[in-house]
Amino acid sequence: MQFNSLSDFIAMGDYGAYVWSSVAIVFGALAWIVVDSVMLKSKTLKAIKQEQERAEKIRQAKQQNSV
Amino acid sequence: MWKWLHPYAKAEVAYQLCYKLLPYFSWLSVITLAVGSVWGLAFAPADYQQGDSFRIIYFHVPTAILSMGAYTSMAICALIGMVWQIRNAELAVYAIAPVGAVYTFLALVTGAIWGKPMWGAWWVWDARLTSELILLFLYLGVIALYNAFEDRRTGARAASILAIVGVINVPIIHYSVEWWNTLHQGATITKFAKPSISTDMLWPLLLTIAGFMFVLAALTCLRLANQIILNDARRPWVKALVERELSSVSMSKASK
Amino acid sequence: MNPRRKKRLFIILSSIGFIGAAVGFMLYALQQNIDLFYTPSEVLQGKQLSNGKVGEKPQIGQRLRIGGMVVDGSVVRSDKSLDVEFQVTDTGPKVTIKYTGILPDLFREGQGIVAQGVLIAADVVEASEVLAKHDEEYMPPELAEKLKGIKHVKPEY
Repeated sequence: MQFNSLSDFIAMGDYGAYVWSSVAIVFGALAWIVVDSVMLKSKTLKAIKQEQERAEKIRQAKQQNSV
Repeated sequence: MWKWLHPYAKAEVAYQLCYKLLPYFSWLSVITLAVGSVWGLAFAPADYQQGDSFRIIYFHVPTAILSMGAYTSMAICALIGMVWQIRNAELAVYAIAPVGAVYTFLALVTGAIWGKPMWGAWWVWDARLTSELILLFLYLGVIALYNAFEDRRTGARAASILAIVGVINVPIIHYSVEWWNTLHQGATITKFAKPSISTDMLWPLLLTIAGFMFVLAALTCLRLANQIILNDARRPWVKALVERELSSVSMSKASK
Repeated sequence: MNPRRKKRLFIILSSIGFIGAAVGFMLYALQQNIDLFYTPSEVLQGKQLSNGKVGEKPQIGQRLRIGGMVVDGSVVRSDKSLDVEFQVTDTGPKVTIKYTGILPDLFREGQGIVAQGVLIAADVVEASEVLAKHDEEYMPPELAEKLKGIKHVKPEY
């Protein structure tokens, strides 16, 4: 450990604001892109399902018209 | 060579491969990132000139290196997709682009935060910084072109062309510090010589670089898998998959 | 590889080659023209041109960028204001830089700096911006002391 105390660690030799803000931005952005990528799956599945249902409706409507 | 592979099975196999690799990449990324960050922030020695502000290196260098690595992989995928007409490679272009854009953005932001106290400026129009900014615009251009066309195929092709042409920028970024009088210093580890960083500072850096690499790999798997089922939406295997996945989601909700 | 693929690959690779060459020439030209970067010796003796002749010295009143090492013991700070005056050098000649403002944390004697400003006398630059440059080496203070004899100085405001 390079620091003697927790407050030393947070102060980062007077560069705390710079170091911790970059840590926050990096992990914030990483969290955002991870969550976005994970959520993408259920979004994609729902979009495909909707598209399929729409295609099915169109097919049925066409069939009825032809009858 | 690929012809004998059944075209439908190919996408399905790739989809399954993505989810097979995902847990390995995820766990490796969590471990390397956690160990590398804590090591770099708390245990690595401070720099003789820059003191503790130098610890930003553990996030700046990995995002910067991998912003270029991701772009190169994206361009290779685009090339394979264009020349050999392999659909999965074309889809991978769009899977990598957003992650690469985030890395480029992070490299620029952490660089600015580091530059303010050390150099004395958030931003200078120096060749290294400017070419990295151009890389961000290239990523955004690829994403925009991909979505710009009604026909997904046309969009993918336009985006691939931009990705391939833009790869010229990657060596420019790397050599900018040698070709021009830049404020940014030369390469510390990405050179054919002994790294100019002491070993106890280098190890955590290598760990965070590996960490960001695994994050990139894991997210590419996730996003590529989505692109594959979206592209194959009308195929029977995707229909079956959608039924299976959505019913398991509703069942797990009902059981709660 | 079948001929169609070969043709596609050839078209793509040759277009990358052409665009690369075009960008390369453009950047090379830019480097020749827009670079207003001088070292202290170039300010006083003129830039060395590629044909071996000595080029023109910068004119008084010209905007330029100058880069060099801060001369040991040359830094003079004002007691009342943020005015500071120091000399930079590269291989011998020294140029004085006047600046008002907060210097970067890495600014210290012996450090490489880049200043942007106006040449107000043959060897005096009034800077509007002073930036510190550092090299690509990172090492702990103890090692630096052993290797280079540099003691880590915590920047003072």
